[in-house]
Amino acid sequence: MTSTGCRFILICSGKGGVGKTTLTANLGIALARQGMRTAVLDADFGLRNLDLLLGLENRIVYTAQDVLSESCRLEQALVKHKQEPKLALMPAGNPRMLEWLKPEDMQKIAAMLGECHDIVLIDCPAGIEDGFKNAAAAAQEAIVITTPEVSAVRDADRVIGLLNTRGIKPIQMVLNRVRPKMMANQEMLAVDDVTDILALPLLGLVLEDEQVIVSTNRGEPLTLNGSNSPAATAYGNIARRICGEEIPLIDPSKVRQGLRAKLSRLMQTKIF
Amino acid sequence: MTLRDFIDKLLRRQPASATTAKERLQLVLAHDRSDLNPELLEQMRKEILEVVSRYVEIDFSEGDVSLETEDRVTALVANLPIRRAKVNPGLPAPSEESDSPKAETVEEPEEPALSEAEKETVVS
Repeated sequence: MTSTGCRFILICSGKGGVGKTTLTANLGIALARQGMRTAVLDADFGLRNLDLLLGLENRIVYTAQDVLSESCRLEQALVKHKQEPKLALMPAGNPRMLEWLKPEDMQKIAAMLGECHDIVLIDCPAGIEDGFKNAAAAAQEAIVITTPEVSAVRDADRVIGLLNTRGIKPIQMVLNRVRPKMMANQEMLAVDDVTDILALPLLGLVLEDEQVIVSTNRGEPLTLNGSNSPAATAYGNIARRICGEEIPLIDPSKVRQGLRAKLSRLMQTKIF
Repeated sequence: MTLRDFIDKLLRRQPASATTAKERLQLVLAHDRSDLNPELLEQMRKEILEVVSRYVEIDFSEGDVSLETEDRVTALVANLPIRRAKVNPGLPAPSEESDSPKAETVEEPEEPALSEAEKETVVS
C-alpha cells in the first residue's frame, strides 16, 4: 500500500457517539479543499452513516460489497461529492457482509483507493471487535477521537492499546466536545488530564458546538460552506495539521474572557 | 492540588468532579492495561507480603500493594513499612546487607511490547 504514497488514516474511538463519523466527513471536505485527492471509506458496515453526514445517501448505486465481488468497477462505486469533486465516498456494504468480511477484504479496497487518492480516511465502527479489526487492517496511521468523559477516555485507552500492538503509527488524538466553561470550573476533565492519561499528541481540540447538529441535519459538513463556527475552525485546523502545517492549538481557558473566567483560572492554579 | 481543591478541602466540600474523574480513570486504566483482575492482584499481594515478611517484619496495617499508571506504563507499587529486620531470615537468603532496612528499590521492566513494567518498592 505504501508504494502509492497514499496515506491511510483510521478514525476510531472505541466508544460510539463521540464524533468519529462527523470528524471523518468534515476532514474529508477540508482535506479536499487543501487540494488532496481524498477518499472516505465507510468501514462501519453495521451502522453506516457517513453517506448521510455528507449528504450523499441518495447517490449510492454500488457499495464496497459490489467492488469486492467484482460486480462493478471501483469508479462506479465511488460517490463523488458535487461541491467538492476531490472528495469521494466509498459506501459501506450491506450489514450481512459482516458475516464473511475479512481484514484482507478491507486491505484490498483500501489498496484500490490508494491507487487514485492522496489520502484515505477510514471511518471505523465503534467497539473493538471484528469491525474494528477489519478497519484497522487497512490503516497505517490513526486518529483517536475522544471526549473529556470517563467512559470515552477509558474506551479510547483500550483502542490505543490495540493500535499499538498492531504497530499503527503515528497515533494522534482529537479531543471533541470541549466545554471551556465546565473545564474552567473543574467539572470536566482538563485537556492536560486527557493527554496525560492517554499519552498521545493532540492533533486538535473541538469545542462543543450546536452548529454540528445543524450541519448534520442538512447533510452539509461545517467545513463545506466556510462556516466560522468554533467546530468548523477546529476541523479546518486539524486538516491543515494533517497536511503538515503548524497551527497552534486553542487554549480553552482563553476562549472565555472577563472577571469570572479570570477567577476560574486563578482557582486552577497548582499550589502543590 | 489546585487552589480550588485546597479550598474545597478547607470547607470540607466534595472535590471538583474533574479531579474525581481523573482519579477514577487512573485506577480503572491501571487495571484495564495490566489485565489483572482484583482476585489475581489480591493473590499476588498476599504472596509478595509472604515473601517479604520472611526477611523483615512488615507493618501490615500500613502496607499497600497497588497498581499505578503513568505515561501508558503500568507499575506494581508496593509500599511496605518495615518494623525491623529479622535477625535470622531462616532461609538461604541471597547476599544482602542485613542491617540496612532503609529503602530498597527493584525495578524490573518486562516486555515493553505490552507496555507494562513491574516495580517493587520497599520503604522503611
